Amino acid sequence: MNNVLQIVWLIPVLPLIGFLINGLGRKNLSKTFSGFIGSGVILVSFILSCWVFIQVKNGNTHVAHYYDFINTLSLKIGMDFQIDQLSSLFLLIITGVGFLIHVYSTSYMHDEEPKDFAKYFAYLNLFIFSMLLLVMGGNFIIMFIGWEGVGLCSYLLIGFWFKNNNYNDAAKKAFIMNRIGDLGFLLAVFWLIAKTNTTDFHQIFSLVADTQKNPLSTFDITGITLLLFVGATGKSAQIPLYTWLPDAMAGPTPVSALIHAATMVTAGIYMIARSNILFSMAPFTQSVIAVIGLATAILAATIALKQNDIKKVLAYSTVSQLGYMFLGLGVGAYTGAVFHVMTHAFFKALLFLGAGSVIHAMGGEQDMRNMGGLKKYMSITHITFLLGCLAIAGMPPFSGFFSKDEILGEAFKQNPLYWGIAVIGALMTAFYMFRLYAMTFLGKFRGTHEQEHHLHESPAAITFPLIVLAILAVVGGWVGIPEIFMHGGHRLEAFLEPVFAPSNDIVAKHHLEHSTEYMLMGISVGGALIALIYAWSKFSKYEKTTAEETGIGKILSNKWYVDELYDAVIVKPRQSVAAFLNNVVEKKGIDGFVNGIGKGVNYSSRQIRLLQSGQVGNYVLLMVIGILVLFIIQFFL
Amino acid sequence: MFGNYITIPHLLIFIPLIAGLLNFFIKSEAGAKLWSLLAAFATLGISILSLVYSKNNDLSGLTFNYEWLKFIGASFSVSLDGVGRLLTLLTAVSFPLIFIATYKNSYKNPASFYGLMLLAQAGLMGVFLASDALLFYFFWELALIPVYFLCSIWGGEKRIQATFKFFIYTFAGSLLMLIGIIYTYLQTAATPFSDHSFAITAFHSVLVSPAQQNWLFWLFFIAFAIKMPVFPFHTWQPDTYEQSPTAVTMLLSGVMVKMGLFGLIRWLLPMFPQAVMKFDTIVIILSITGVIYASLIAIKQDDLKRFAAYSSIAHIGLMCAAIFTTKTIALEGVMIQMFSHGINIIGLWIVIELIERNLGVRKISQLGGIAHKAPVLTIMLVVIALANIALPLTNAFVGEFMMFSGLFQYNIWITVFAGLSIILAAVYTLNMIQKVFYGEANTLTATIKEISLNEKLVLGLIVVMIFFAGVYPQPFFDLTKNTVSTLLTRFK
Repeated sequence: MNNVLQIVWLIPVLPLIGFLINGLGRKNLSKTFSGFIGSGVILVSFILSCWVFIQVKNGNTHVAHYYDFINTLSLKIGMDFQIDQLSSLFLLIITGVGFLIHVYSTSYMHDEEPKDFAKYFAYLNLFIFSMLLLVMGGNFIIMFIGWEGVGLCSYLLIGFWFKNNNYNDAAKKAFIMNRIGDLGFLLAVFWLIAKTNTTDFHQIFSLVADTQKNPLSTFDITGITLLLFVGATGKSAQIPLYTWLPDAMAGPTPVSALIHAATMVTAGIYMIARSNILFSMAPFTQSVIAVIGLATAILAATIALKQNDIKKVLAYSTVSQLGYMFLGLGVGAYTGAVFHVMTHAFFKALLFLGAGSVIHAMGGEQDMRNMGGLKKYMSITHITFLLGCLAIAGMPPFSGFFSKDEILGEAFKQNPLYWGIAVIGALMTAFYMFRLYAMTFLGKFRGTHEQEHHLHESPAAITFPLIVLAILAVVGGWVGIPEIFMHGGHRLEAFLEPVFAPSNDIVAKHHLEHSTEYMLMGISVGGALIALIYAWSKFSKYEKTTAEETGIGKILSNKWYVDELYDAVIVKPRQSVAAFLNNVVEKKGIDGFVNGIGKGVNYSSRQIRLLQSGQVGNYVLLMVIGILVLFIIQFFL
Repeated sequence: MFGNYITIPHLLIFIPLIAGLLNFFIKSEAGAKLWSLLAAFATLGISILSLVYSKNNDLSGLTFNYEWLKFIGASFSVSLDGVGRLLTLLTAVSFPLIFIATYKNSYKNPASFYGLMLLAQAGLMGVFLASDALLFYFFWELALIPVYFLCSIWGGEKRIQATFKFFIYTFAGSLLMLIGIIYTYLQTAATPFSDHSFAITAFHSVLVSPAQQNWLFWLFFIAFAIKMPVFPFHTWQPDTYEQSPTAVTMLLSGVMVKMGLFGLIRWLLPMFPQAVMKFDTIVIILSITGVIYASLIAIKQDDLKRFAAYSSIAHIGLMCAAIFTTKTIALEGVMIQMFSHGINIIGLWIVIELIERNLGVRKISQLGGIAHKAPVLTIMLVVIALANIALPLTNAFVGEFMMFSGLFQYNIWITVFAGLSIILAAVYTLNMIQKVFYGEANTLTATIKEISLNEKLVLGLIVVMIFFAGVYPQPFFDLTKNTVSTLLTRFK
């Protein structure tokens, strides 16, 4: 066994140490020190992750058992970390992109008080810690620890500015929506324990792969995977549990980048990819995932068309892109989904951090209607942002093209209708991203004079991460070049092969004619290009209007009224039920009944009480002494 | 010969008993406080010793048997098995925490107050140690009677009403149990000295027909259900918690509610396994109904004490349901959860006490923005609240996870319904945190002071315990392993 795989525990423990230092010392630490510790521990984790990645690439995979978390008659759960191709890739994404976000934050959060600054970095480190636990866990329980942990951290960070109750509401919404999903996850785990008596990945996956010994019926597997998927819809913001993610914009912008790119929302994808064998054995669940993913991709894309808050557009684009990843998982394109997680982490982190840079320059303004023409004030932000837009729009040869194309191709093989709808979504993506780009960077500046005076390029701690991420957003897709362009070009697929091999044995692979593949690619890229140019030309001449949206535009800008629907169907009824139980059943019903009896007894007792007087303490004392005397007599006689 | 009387189980009972009685004679307030704190620490020391001492002979436990009232077959016999050690430890840990956290409170007639507190502790210890039904009943009452006085003398405005309700409820329960004990006693086999026996072994092996079991079961169950409490026997609890002095509320909710759960495990399940198998569904449905019911009602509470009371009812209901699944995994979960719940709820009460002492109010609607002025208090509360909603790596997660897992093996649909409490707990807890601690401070809460060093210490200790049991729960399983397997042999 190679040494480096024995110290993998350091990868999550370092951020935990950073959390403790910044959390406990927040009153005494300078901002420089807090930022240094916060970023430094992630950098070391990243270096270790690289090392681990190289080891894994050389074929060393490893499950480390540290101690027995639970070891009882009924259940055995180890504190186990699993290092394989899938987890090592995620380690790189989480610590790598995470590190850049930390560096960026040292500048972005600089106006905070030192103790809040330290608290911010403590939370950020805790977030990374939880996410690392999630991907490194060798069983469903350790994964779940991280799973709930990221939910908690998002709660803490979204509500970071806790004086504002709107932010607190958003934080609470995120946590509760996640908890709904978590219940699904937990039920799936209970089901697994009931049937297999273990939560260990290796044991479960090898059990089900063995047709002789498989203790799970098709019904079990379908039920378990559906429940796991419910968990994924919460964490990865899919229909019906997606509405927390756009509200999560209340947090500081780098936090949005962290939630949307490196951590949290990718958890659902990771979990399904990790349990791919179970999902491949449940075709029904796969269809559900594909349909929900596709529906989410389209729904979120339509909403993004009409948002004017720069962060909101990006938030809905995340929901939409996650939908594509789930489409990929649903059609069995596990590699494609993981590939898209990776490229998306690069370009979405870039876009969010770019948006943060813009907001910073605009003095906190987030409404794109008040922006415009920023191109000439902030060239690095502008160029990197443009590259990010091209990547997310799926323009070749930028990273998003390769990963999205792979998912679309696999979707076509499964069902051409999936492909057709997904392409429409891709056109919308290109449209709203370039609407955002044009409204922000092109045309005339539409803000106040004061804002215009203040416009500036951001400092190096902000532009450095942008540049690194921009490079990754451009070249990140080149690890997965499709077979038709280059033989053996899909190095990611080859790397992840061992993880997805059991599923590949089950799912029959169709192959497309090369001509068909070229045609599909041509249609999606061509369509996106047209949408892009249309948005560019239309919104670079954007003028502020006061006209209200009407018709479908109004519905879209109000996000299909889904929040209002949930409020009316779930939140309000729950409150009325609670009020009814409290005011009627509890007070008038049960307690009223008891008090009725009580009153009767009370009356008679009042008469008796007249007989008593004096110190109660003395009564008790006498009573106990009496009993004690009885004891002593019995002992010694 | 005297050496035989000074053993761990005896010390656990007699230190608080004698110290409590002596306390009535202490004149000064400071003296009474110090004396009771010392006694509580001495008991804690003995309790910790019990963990070390009997590590190697877990099976036999620590059993001591003295003849007492030989002619009726009763004896003063005490024993310490796994669950006994767990709950005596909880009792022993709770009292120093309670005394330190309320050290600044002053009570009229402190000698009696602290004396009664220690007597209650002695009673609790006796309940968890007794292996004789008569002795069990005696200690059960010894634990409750001081609490009546503590509530009715030192309680809030409506203390008489609340105590009265509490008294009626628990008195009714005790009476039913007494009838049950006497009836069961009359069915036990003869011993060389008497016609029947109160010994736990005699009770566990008592031969009663299924028809008799059916109603004996309910006599005992209702007594225990009131104590926990299980829906719909719970309405004494919010009133009593609200009106009692906080030290007593901590005692009641942290430790005393465990008497009911312990009664199920130690007495009811082994005595009437057939009736348990027969009525399990009814009990589980009642318990789970209570879990959801109390969770929903907790959302609507404005008084922090009532809020904590309903939250506690929800947690206890789940434990009761888990016991009745008679699944190994669920029972193992209950064991660790009994301890964790005690620690967490005491932590919650300490925070409520600090807020009330500092600001004079505990209405959620009058609070807000405390986090600005008292960040340490806020952090402690958030950790305790997260433990209360069973977040992983806090102490409550493992227990809740295992109880739900056992419930799932019992019935899927009940579990799905009960699982809603996982969501509802997040709803009411986060609501409370937001309204009390976040947002802008108002004129009242702007005056709050950060907590003092010894308060930080107590809460810090609770937080450490929360994380220790959350990260490394195994010692709790090792401690109670044999209790669980012995108990469940009757249900195989």
